[in-house]
Amino acid sequence: MVEYLPILMTFGAAAAVAGALLGLPYLLAPKRVTPVKAQPFECGKDPIAVSEGRFAIKFAMIAIFFILIDIELLFVWPWAALYRRLGWFGFAEMLVFLGILMLGFLYIWKKGGLEWE
Amino acid sequence: MTPIPAPPVLLSALTPVLVILAAGALVLLLDLVPPRDTKQHLGGLALGGFVASLLASVWFWDADLRAFRDMIALDNFALFFNLVIGYAGALVVLLSMDYVRRTGAETGEYYALVLFAGSGMMLLGSATDLIVVFLSLELMSLSLYVLAGLFKTRLDSGEASMKYFLLGAFASSFLLYGIALVYGATGSTNFDKVAAALAGKAPDGLVVVGLGLMLVGFGFKLSSVPFHMWAPDVYQGAPTTVTAFIATGSKAAAFAAVIRLLFSALRSMQPDWTVLLWGVAALTMTVGNVVAIAQSNLKRMLAYSSVAHVGYMLVGLVAGGASGAGAVLFYLLAYTFTTAGTFGVISLCGRTSGDESVDVRDYAGLARRHPLLAFVLSLFLLSLIGIPPLAGFVGKFYLFGAAVRGGYLWLVVIGVLNSAIAAYYYLRVIVYMYMREPEEAIPAGLVPSFAGGLALAISIVGIVLLGVMPAPFANLAVAAVAPLLK
Repeated sequence: MVEYLPILMTFGAAAAVAGALLGLPYLLAPKRVTPVKAQPFECGKDPIAVSEGRFAIKFAMIAIFFILIDIELLFVWPWAALYRRLGWFGFAEMLVFLGILMLGFLYIWKKGGLEWE
Repeated sequence: MTPIPAPPVLLSALTPVLVILAAGALVLLLDLVPPRDTKQHLGGLALGGFVASLLASVWFWDADLRAFRDMIALDNFALFFNLVIGYAGALVVLLSMDYVRRTGAETGEYYALVLFAGSGMMLLGSATDLIVVFLSLELMSLSLYVLAGLFKTRLDSGEASMKYFLLGAFASSFLLYGIALVYGATGSTNFDKVAAALAGKAPDGLVVVGLGLMLVGFGFKLSSVPFHMWAPDVYQGAPTTVTAFIATGSKAAAFAAVIRLLFSALRSMQPDWTVLLWGVAALTMTVGNVVAIAQSNLKRMLAYSSVAHVGYMLVGLVAGGASGAGAVLFYLLAYTFTTAGTFGVISLCGRTSGDESVDVRDYAGLARRHPLLAFVLSLFLLSLIGIPPLAGFVGKFYLFGAAVRGGYLWLVVIGVLNSAIAAYYYLRVIVYMYMREPEEAIPAGLVPSFAGGLALAISIVGIVLLGVMPAPFANLAVAAVAPLLK
């Protein structure tokens, strides 16, 4: 581990120099904030919207459904690989798991979670 | 191609939990089909789920089942908590039936989430493995986070949900980190194996830190000082019936996990956690009671009061042994009836528009307009103070008695002084109800509800029964902790 020490020292020196370059002006330079200075730069025009933009909450729903179905594959994949060795017990267990999952699927379907408009 | 043998599956050890989960799934499905304009039948189904689970728990009494590679135990300890949580759940569902409709928040998901939260709470009492503890704690908490934000259009309900979620997730990570450290030090997450690895050795620094982190996580769920800051905002903003569930069920479940963890897995570290809990208990009692005095919002006051009651129960944990832990179990039973009843009265007091009367001034002159309701609320408040012959008195008697026998005289002195402080803010509500005239034009009215009245009647019978003949229930509590102390 000792041979890595120079690398660590390099990191330390880099962090110190970078920190000093950013930190010293913060401490020493005069700060005069005017409303114009506080604005984000937008080609001289007044900003008209939040810079990140807006996106519909529907995307969050879709993302959650995607995670549900995606994580499910995490269980099904190893089960499929070992399907024959697991026998009837494995089959029954997977049926129970998929049954519960389908219950949730049915729920979001009937509740209109899959309709875009 | 060697077949993998099927592991032993003993589903019967999960019967009470499975009954509730099945009811929850059924509620979700039935919510999709007509009738759509009312959800009363779903409330009835939820109630049936809790009652069936209660019956199953009574049926299995004295069972000693272990299942899923010793991750789940169905012993008297788990069954006792099933009874407490089943009662809490049933009372909450009864109170909710008219409440959620009146407040315009009646959805099928409400009952499903109450059932899922209840199943998580019951699983927490059965858990004998740190992983199962964490999983069931999350099942309970995630359902409760959503329930706290049930009033989607109200700002304070959203605030309650958000605060509960953020701080709860933070506390869960503390708990998980503690679990990781204990696993690192002992090589197992199973309670029995952890106990065996720790037996007869001086405690490792790693385990001590792990114990501390886990107590931080549980301290949040119990709302013990200094992790109580979320309680007043969440209790105030959440729908009153949900507040009742958070105050009774989730607290009982967290105590179940803490007691089983401390008394079985970490029993060899009793000197360490006794010192920690001594300080936490004294602080929790004092801060809860002193701050409650300043509250004029009834739900906020009850939040601080519940913080104080957690402090009293921690005294029982400090006392230790069968008498200390048994006293905590008895107190939880008494506290569940009392608190569910108190919040039940608040949920019935309100204007039909959906607003609730939560300010103490709204209760001025209630005794003249609704004598029975005022009398019922007085009984609950007197039980919270600890006036004989009600349940609260006997509960405190057992707790402080166990602590005196254990030699923690100073803690008992602090506890008794605190009980005296507490009398002030509980009695103030009674004074308002009986001796003050209402100041404003529309004071708290009564919203008639048969189901709510039934819940209050059950709670009243509970606190009087526990207060008048406590011996059978105390024996039940001591029998429940016996499996842990073997």
